[in-house]
Amino acid sequence: MNLLINYEAVTSMVLFAIGFTMLVFSKNIMKKILGLNIVDTGVYLFLASMGYIEGKLTPIVPVAGPVDALDYINPIPQGLVLTGIVVSVSFSALMLALTVRLYRKYRTLNLDKIYEMCRKEDEQE
Amino acid sequence: MDFIMNLPFATIVFSLFSAVICFAFKDNKARFISYFLLIASGIMSVSVVFYNLTSETGYFVYRMGHYDAPIGNEISAGLLEPSFLLLFEVVMLLSLSGGSHRIMQDVEEAKQKYFCIMVNLTHAALAALCYTNDIFTGYVFIEVCTIASCSLLMLSKKTRALVAATRYMIFSLIGSSLVLVGIILLYAITGHLLFPQLYSTIQELWATGEYTFPLTIALGLIVSGLAIKSGMFPFHFWMPDTYGTATPSASGILSGVISKGYIFLLLKIIFRVIGYEVFLQSNIQYVLFIFGICGMIVGSVSAIKTNNINFMIACSSAAQIGYIYMGLGLGTKGAIIAALFQIVAHALTKPMLFLSASGLSDTVGRRQDFASLRSSAYNNKIAAFSYSAGALSMVGIPIFAGFIPKLLFSTSAFGHGIQTYLMLIVLAISTILNVLYFLRTLVNIYSPAKVELTRKNITFKTAPAFSMIVLVMSAVNIAVGLHSQPIISLFEKGLELFINIR
Amino acid sequence: MLMKNNKFSSLLKEWYEGNLSFDERMNIETEKPVIKKEETTEKQKIYLVKDVENAEEKLTSKGYKFFSVIFCVILAVILVGTVNFMPLFADDNTPTTNEVYEHYVGEGRDQTGAVNTVAGMILDYRAFDTLGESFVLFTATCAVLLLLEQSKDKPIKKRETFTYTNDPIVRLVVKLLTPIIIVFGIYVLFNGHLSPGGGFSGGSVLGAGFILFAMAYGEDFAAKVITPKIIRVITICSLSFYCLAKSYSFFTGNEFNGIHSIITPGTPGNIVSGGLILPLNIAVGFVVCCTMYSFYMIFKRGRLD
Repeated sequence: MNLLINYEAVTSMVLFAIGFTMLVFSKNIMKKILGLNIVDTGVYLFLASMGYIEGKLTPIVPVAGPVDALDYINPIPQGLVLTGIVVSVSFSALMLALTVRLYRKYRTLNLDKIYEMCRKEDEQE
Repeated sequence: MDFIMNLPFATIVFSLFSAVICFAFKDNKARFISYFLLIASGIMSVSVVFYNLTSETGYFVYRMGHYDAPIGNEISAGLLEPSFLLLFEVVMLLSLSGGSHRIMQDVEEAKQKYFCIMVNLTHAALAALCYTNDIFTGYVFIEVCTIASCSLLMLSKKTRALVAATRYMIFSLIGSSLVLVGIILLYAITGHLLFPQLYSTIQELWATGEYTFPLTIALGLIVSGLAIKSGMFPFHFWMPDTYGTATPSASGILSGVISKGYIFLLLKIIFRVIGYEVFLQSNIQYVLFIFGICGMIVGSVSAIKTNNINFMIACSSAAQIGYIYMGLGLGTKGAIIAALFQIVAHALTKPMLFLSASGLSDTVGRRQDFASLRSSAYNNKIAAFSYSAGALSMVGIPIFAGFIPKLLFSTSAFGHGIQTYLMLIVLAISTILNVLYFLRTLVNIYSPAKVELTRKNITFKTAPAFSMIVLVMSAVNIAVGLHSQPIISLFEKGLELFINIR
Repeated sequence: MLMKNNKFSSLLKEWYEGNLSFDERMNIETEKPVIKKEETTEKQKIYLVKDVENAEEKLTSKGYKFFSVIFCVILAVILVGTVNFMPLFADDNTPTTNEVYEHYVGEGRDQTGAVNTVAGMILDYRAFDTLGESFVLFTATCAVLLLLEQSKDKPIKKRETFTYTNDPIVRLVVKLLTPIIIVFGIYVLFNGHLSPGGGFSGGSVLGAGFILFAMAYGEDFAAKVITPKIIRVITICSLSFYCLAKSYSFFTGNEFNGIHSIITPGTPGNIVSGGLILPLNIAVGFVVCCTMYSFYMIFKRGRLD
């Protein structure tokens, strides 16, 4: 069974599924943002575990002398994780700012209620 | 002449740089920087197109750094990339300048410079999406594009725009996370991020049958993520709210350009990453075909249901996106060229419709429902003219740009068994529905009013910039409709390059 | 039959004239050019809350939750099934351990001058990604500013939140800690090419230091020390420098331009080495620091000054 060996990937995929479901189905905006962060966490865990190779060193090479690439783990997923973290920080900040504005106006975090109120307002005008 | 090969990269960096400069300046100068940027980038794109038309290969790769493909990052330009970027630039320039009077009214004065910053960033992201040769760079610039386009929507003073922006943002986030996990899975099984290496590895894996299941899942996730972001049928619910509540310039840019940017990246991924043959064997195209067809019908039906002119135009966008996915889903070269032309026709027509609808609703105090809009055509004749041109183009009347893709779709439909009948029937139904709702608005705006409203006359003298731009847009639309052959042959050449050159 | 026809034609006429609506959601939306107040009045609020309670009964259903759980399980099963066919964890013979990885680790030090391979990778080989990434941050800063920035004429609303400004212990600890955190942040920034760290991590440490400072000494005081002008100037300079430096290196990276880069990797291991990597790390770090700090200030105070 590959699943037992790939346990990190399994964990990250389960995290992704949970977060994605929260992002899609939750009615509370804060929970949606939490779901987004869980999705990202799952993806980072997957990436970080992808770069790991058993018994090898972190990719900080010695200052001088020959370097054998096979002694070190893969640096590419780490770079991708960095990018991903920055993107998720930006998205979280933007969504939280939107939430603050919506909460100031409607005093609720439930998106369905917000849609409902929005419709009511249109009818009143 | 080799200097021209620098221009794609210059376009991207220049527009990023100008966004930073706009951040430093105060309000009005920022707009001039945006205009200058769009015009300059347009000239750059034209020169890249001509360079590639005259060069032997018609295609070049530019290193972003000192190292070649698998090691360093790179961008590439054939014929399709600069020509679509040119289209996006023209549409952005026209809708920005045509709606500038509305931007002044709809956006708070202190925040108007952010509109220009976001336009510049959107342009940079679109240029990067067009030219990129690296899938992860594509992901990063998708995110820039998402945030910038959402900000264009949020800038409107109305709180309703915020609600629409939240909805748009959530759908975009769903799409982005699917794209991200797809890219990561693809990297895990191929070990590459650049298009040429990904292509060769995927061909190899597909031929040997190794990792076929993860490969299919990864490609499916990427395609569905981009499809959600561009508003394919089951995920089109954000469209009416988003396009209907933004300021006209922003609606024009969002509907005409940004969703097309994602579709272009999808096209690039289909041809240059997945490969044409693997794409046809993977059965992804049937899913796109079915959802495209459903989108055409559902979009039109929801456009018939609504009573608001902006929402109606926005709903018809869902139907028009359905045409594009139908073309991609059929998978023949003819259908794909028709889909490309549909992108052109839609990108040219939709901003025109949004702008002229705003011109019409301005005459009756910004009311957007049909009952109030009656007889508004006589108060703003130029807007009414261009609205009619846009509506006829969307319906698919000859001499307008919208006619050509319908012709190409129906000629390319033949010889595919059950798909032929399905496609022809749906095309017919969709055209009839289009006629229904567009002619309804046309009849309404030209028939006498039933409600007493304070009306304002808008003529060429009172709104010169708006009238000019709207007329230019109609002229461009008719010109594209009359001289479609050069564009089609350009697309054919570009598509050959997409499929053949590695 | 005739009656039916009449009914139909009258319906059609109603629809054509725009008096008939099928869909309440997309009903008439009239726009008035009057600016609306951000806050709803008490009376309106009560009215809205009542309506919402009715709506809630309609909307919450067990079926919805059940469906979402089913969706989650199906998605998880598909993805876990995908993982079953994926390359093995911690294996040294996966597709990702290919020539690209060998090049980055094996040649990276000599080609870029960075001992930290990750820094060399993200700021030299794949610098275009990182350029896009810092612009994602810039875009997000602009978006948050345009959403939450209040105009200068309005007084700043004091919200009843718990503050640490009057707490002697917190103030003393922050007084001691802030310099250390900032120095550590600068160390991480400047050693990004030599040790784990770099622009993003160093920048976040720096930003955290400033946020801590603002928390303990009050935002009013912090806004006087770190003025919005400083933040703006640092952001603009860093991003412009990034754009220009990378344009130079992209331009010289292609032989047909006929110009060779004058930037050399230097001696690996020295603090001034790695060509553009050190200045780029500093620029990225400043951008990240300013972004984090301004996120905090905008969310807390509503504006930067």
